[in-house]
Amino acid sequence: MSAVLQTNALVKTFGGIMATDRIDFTLEKGARHALIGPNGAGKTTFVNLLTGVLQPTSGTVVLNGEDITQLSRESRVKRGMARTFQINQLFSTMTPLAMIALVASERLGYGVRAFSRLDHDRRVIEETAAILAQFRLEDIMDNSIASLPYGKQRQVEIAAAFAAQPSVLLLDEPAAGVPEAERRELLNIVGSLPSDVSVLLIEHDMDIIFRFATRITVLVNGRVLADGDPTIIARDPAVRAAYLGEASHA
Amino acid sequence: MLTILFDGIAYGMVLFVLACGLSVTMGLMNFVNLAHGAFAMLGGYITVILMQRLGVPFLLTLPLAFIGVALVGVVLERVLYRPMYGKNHLDQVMFTIGIVFMAVAGADYLMGSSQQIIKLPAWLQGRFNIGGVGIGKYRLFVLVVCGILAFSLQWGFTKTRFGSRLRASVDDARVARGLGIPVNRLFALTFALGSGLAGLGGALGIELMGLDPSFPLKFMIYFLVVVTVGGTSTITGPFFAAMLLGVADVAGKYFVPEIGAFIIYVLMVILLIVRPDGLFARGRA
Amino acid sequence: MSTLEDRVRASLLASRRWHGAEIAFWLLALAVFWLFPRNLLLLNEIAILALFALSLDLILGFAGIVSLGHAAFLGLGAYAAGLLAKHGIGDPLVGLAFAMIVSGLAGLLASPLIVKGNDLTRLMVTLGVALILHEIANSWGSLTGGADGLQGIAINPVLGLFSFDLFGKTAYLYSLSVLFVLFLVARRMMNSPFGLSLRAIRDNSLRAAASGVPPSQRLALIYTIAASYAGAAGALIAQTSQFVSLDVLDFHRSADVMLVLIIGGPGYLYGGMIGAIVFKFLQDTISAFTPQYWMFWIGLFLVLFVLRGRTLIHGGVKLIMSRLPARVRGKRS
Repeated sequence: MSAVLQTNALVKTFGGIMATDRIDFTLEKGARHALIGPNGAGKTTFVNLLTGVLQPTSGTVVLNGEDITQLSRESRVKRGMARTFQINQLFSTMTPLAMIALVASERLGYGVRAFSRLDHDRRVIEETAAILAQFRLEDIMDNSIASLPYGKQRQVEIAAAFAAQPSVLLLDEPAAGVPEAERRELLNIVGSLPSDVSVLLIEHDMDIIFRFATRITVLVNGRVLADGDPTIIARDPAVRAAYLGEASHA
Repeated sequence: MLTILFDGIAYGMVLFVLACGLSVTMGLMNFVNLAHGAFAMLGGYITVILMQRLGVPFLLTLPLAFIGVALVGVVLERVLYRPMYGKNHLDQVMFTIGIVFMAVAGADYLMGSSQQIIKLPAWLQGRFNIGGVGIGKYRLFVLVVCGILAFSLQWGFTKTRFGSRLRASVDDARVARGLGIPVNRLFALTFALGSGLAGLGGALGIELMGLDPSFPLKFMIYFLVVVTVGGTSTITGPFFAAMLLGVADVAGKYFVPEIGAFIIYVLMVILLIVRPDGLFARGRA
Repeated sequence: MSTLEDRVRASLLASRRWHGAEIAFWLLALAVFWLFPRNLLLLNEIAILALFALSLDLILGFAGIVSLGHAAFLGLGAYAAGLLAKHGIGDPLVGLAFAMIVSGLAGLLASPLIVKGNDLTRLMVTLGVALILHEIANSWGSLTGGADGLQGIAINPVLGLFSFDLFGKTAYLYSLSVLFVLFLVARRMMNSPFGLSLRAIRDNSLRAAASGVPPSQRLALIYTIAASYAGAAGALIAQTSQFVSLDVLDFHRSADVMLVLIIGGPGYLYGGMIGAIVFKFLQDTISAFTPQYWMFWIGLFLVLFVLRGRTLIHGGVKLIMSRLPARVRGKRS
């Protein structure tokens, strides 16, 4: 196994507070890796550091062997890292089709073409159609995104991230807020992502974690508390004390 | 040389009093109030009317300008502004420009388009010398009044319960609401205070900046510079921004009159390039 | 699978296909030339205002950039075209191109300050740029004529064939042609991958960046293009009136054009045109009985419009637009 995404001693401080404290993290190729931890553990900060929303105070982020610490958000997407957000971030005035076509055209580097026509480009059409089919959005592709039920919006969110053809996909609580009825379809979609894509799942829901994850990293107070196989993590007393115990209250 | 510095500081002080209300409203409700200058103009006209038509002494008109404009602020906040908080910045901009236009045309209709002149009391006229530095008495007076105001604002903002609630609300209104802070009432109060200060600034500024119906338009850029450069989360930020702007403007117009009017824009551009998040922005992402 | 691809292609095509109402709109715009031969000067003003509003629509409606000083580029274009003609190059199309280049360059220069900032910074920068240009035009009297305005502009016939007349015949057709051509270009751009990426930034800049769109680059590009459009509108003012006054850089121009766009609705290209018609009609009516306090009424109109009137007017506009397929354009509500 080889690492597709790695952080070395990643530190981010806000004022005097250490949000992440020397995090060394490795995402293996094809992994289904879950990042868990109580609220305020630094998960969101960590994801923001990975995706370039925040700049680390020190440390590096390495994607496919390249140091991307200084790169902008969009350059990281171009190099194969896509994400979803904990709260849907969609283009509310667009249709799912337009949103997927946008991601595809950006991936192909067409974004500055001011005079070309999307419907004339075979590759954009092929990629868009493939994504719409894969994420079962064909029937709603011409509806406005804002009018879709939350579960469907969630599907669009994941589809849009996947349309960037990432080698690393960060899913931030993909099932959060999705009603029970739509949940199964969503989880099926998460489960059927191709195995060559490495997935980092940021999640609270233990059912989802133990259903998908082949490896778990536990973050507490900005530090890696434990890292390893799900069954071992589940038995780790420190983790139980810090996190699983709390989760059972929630 | 020092006289220029002194005049610039006095000018900056008035700018601060004029603009600080705006920076708090912007910070608190994320509301872009381009009509802030209209409140200042109202304060100026209150002083003018009281002095010219009713013979009220200058000093007494100052608190009246404050109170009058604050009251108008409270009413407008309730009736007109409150529905605007939820809207986007574009709507707020259009809405407050509408108010500015009405105020400009209204002032023209009621007061005429000419510059207003007030007769300051004798003890505020003229200047005296300290060690070769010519100091205008009125400017000294402005400096003292605004200085006291700035200090009390800073004290009120950092040390009182009102201030700490205000700071919490500026930081995150949603969390503050969750903590049981009555953000709406706090905002109404702050709005009144800010408008009142604008009114007072307008009254104090008649002698330094002039007063005619185009006042809200002419000084809109100054307010925006103070707020953008100074940031919206502190009192000291806008204070230093106003000082810088005041000194640069006065000095520029004195030393290089041909291009003096451009100084503040050059300053603005430089500051934006060097510190795009504002002069005193906290390290926020 | 090919059926889905066909459907995708059909959807993408439908979103840029010409609608009957659009064709009718432009035919009508041409027809008024014969229908209202006495009002051609006013119609010319409407066409120019519509072009100016179209320019604002490109940044405000499609990219979400709020501007308090769009008149900067209008005025710059007007002076550029006017000065060129005054100094011997009177061909209108050359002047138009020159004005667009000058304004576009100014837009490019200002864009680094625009793309990085938040709404507040943008308001300040746009307002500041317009004030600077106004101040320059005012104090550099030897070049611009200062407060007296730029006089002695002589414009050659358009294409060497149609000379400008007192009734505005050539003026209206010339302005309408320029508006139409630039509209076509804008329409093509807004339906391109580039246009789509602008809408993405406007809708959600967080997601746009996460989708691989570099916001700064795209915003700088559209700001430059919009500036050159405004410059074209300025050139039309200078050429059809053969006079440029400081008024082209005045704050009220920037405020008016925002109102125009808001009346018509931003983000679907026709808002500026519909708004320009409504605005000029309002201006004509109101200033007929209170010419002096026009500013008050426009202020009142703004306030009422934002508070209540939007739904009212847009109800009417939507009625017309509802004939268009819903997915055609991401119109902001």
